[in-house]
Amino acid sequence: MDIKEIIFWSLSTIAFITAIYTVIAKNPIFSAISLLVCFASIAGHYLLLNAQFLFIVHIIVYAGAIMVLFLTTLMLMNLNEETEKHKPAIAQIAALVIAVALGIVLMLAVRKANVILTMGPMTDSIGDVKSLGTVLLSEYFYPFEFISVLLLSAMVGVVLLMKKDKTAALK
Amino acid sequence: MESAFLIEKGVIILVVFGITMLIALYSTFAERVLAGYFQDRLGPNRAGPGGLLQPLADGVKMFTKEDFIPETPNKLLFILGPGLAMTTALMTSAVIPWGRQLTIFGYTATLQAADINIAMLYVFGVISIGVYGIMIGGWASNNKFSLLGAVRASSQMISYEVAMGLSMIAVLMVSGSLSIHEIAENQHGFIDWNWHGHKFAWPSWYVFKQPLAFLIFLICAFAETNRTPFDLPECESELVGGYHTEYSSMKLGFFLFAEYVNMFISSAIIAIVFFGGYNYPGMDWVNAHLGGNLATILGTLVLFAKIFFFIFFYMWVRWTVPRFRYDQLMNLGWKILMPLAILNIVITGFVLILTAS
Repeated sequence: MDIKEIIFWSLSTIAFITAIYTVIAKNPIFSAISLLVCFASIAGHYLLLNAQFLFIVHIIVYAGAIMVLFLTTLMLMNLNEETEKHKPAIAQIAALVIAVALGIVLMLAVRKANVILTMGPMTDSIGDVKSLGTVLLSEYFYPFEFISVLLLSAMVGVVLLMKKDKTAALK
Repeated sequence: MESAFLIEKGVIILVVFGITMLIALYSTFAERVLAGYFQDRLGPNRAGPGGLLQPLADGVKMFTKEDFIPETPNKLLFILGPGLAMTTALMTSAVIPWGRQLTIFGYTATLQAADINIAMLYVFGVISIGVYGIMIGGWASNNKFSLLGAVRASSQMISYEVAMGLSMIAVLMVSGSLSIHEIAENQHGFIDWNWHGHKFAWPSWYVFKQPLAFLIFLICAFAETNRTPFDLPECESELVGGYHTEYSSMKLGFFLFAEYVNMFISSAIIAIVFFGGYNYPGMDWVNAHLGGNLATILGTLVLFAKIFFFIFFYMWVRWTVPRFRYDQLMNLGWKILMPLAILNIVITGFVLILTAS
């Protein structure tokens, strides 16, 4: 067995187990932490495909920002089993139906997809920052710029909302 | 080739680990001696000559104390916390270039564990997951003061990461590369500067090209390492001991030690990105006349001198400046540093376009 294959299978196993544990864990903190491990192992898959930029951005955005916010909120909410409300039966059945339907759709999509048996990078430079930047700023220039302006304006908006309204205090 | 490569990298990793540990160990000693100096008292001077064995005595004390685990439903997470803090503190050193090539018996080794082309992003990735050790440990302590410390730490670190990343973008625009090795190489040599007929030669360090980015990065580095004036997560006058209130023995030691490792690594990054890293005046002359190996070793020593200066600077600030209030901290991060960093990016962009054409 190749070293790459060993890494691939162990990462896949970890991702699979932690993904299931995220759903079945009773304690929301454990659920969030196992989701974190799941993200990390998926990032490892990106690295196996030589997509270095995608790997590190995945870590920064998902593990570094989103999961930190999740965990902070969960820790402040003081959740435990006594205070947890039981959902009504109709909501549980509806959730089950939706989950099964989504699962079937995903499986059908995967069955139709082309199976690529060779593992590893297409070319050595496909995942690095230079080729990614070239594609983003030539082929996808307008969507890229629109998204960046949107994100920046959201950030500026949040800072503006946090500023105290001085005229309101005078009234 | 393959085994030589593995041995080279393995030796570098082990040596860097050892040096990091040694420096962190003696940083605790230096901090106490400097604190004594700033407060006009003697500081630790009993263990060994001049108190030099004090860190060893502290280490023995840490290891042999009772390892108390509080009444908590999450023993696993309680133990995981300090381990995570230490791991993430040590991970960044993988991408730091400690020097140029060293030739030993015809084999050329680069003094860097991994020269990856996304090194700067890797540093930010590790910084962003560095908060988990404190958060998980503080929450699992099952103590209100610990939880408050953990929440403060996480919100502080997220807030200052934004300004830190934005200040670094301006530097990356000038350097044109994400690799720390190339950033260090770009700062080799001098810029000639003509002022009223007087000629000056400045080192081409990025601190002269990006002074505002350096200032923002330095302030954010203080906040990210939870050092005074931003040590609110562990401020003893409000929160007993902050996130490590319930920790004892070597678990507490890991938390305290991780702070010193973080301090060393962030000093190294400041020294490399803004102060030329292993470059020093006359490097080319030494390289040409006294041999490449000597030039490399001198460069590494110069880098460590710069790092030690910034470690000293951390301690200097700690014993001089009082602590911020929490709302002041958030205001500084979001309303002052972040707009300044964005302004810096815009100015840098304009200057780059004007000078390019």
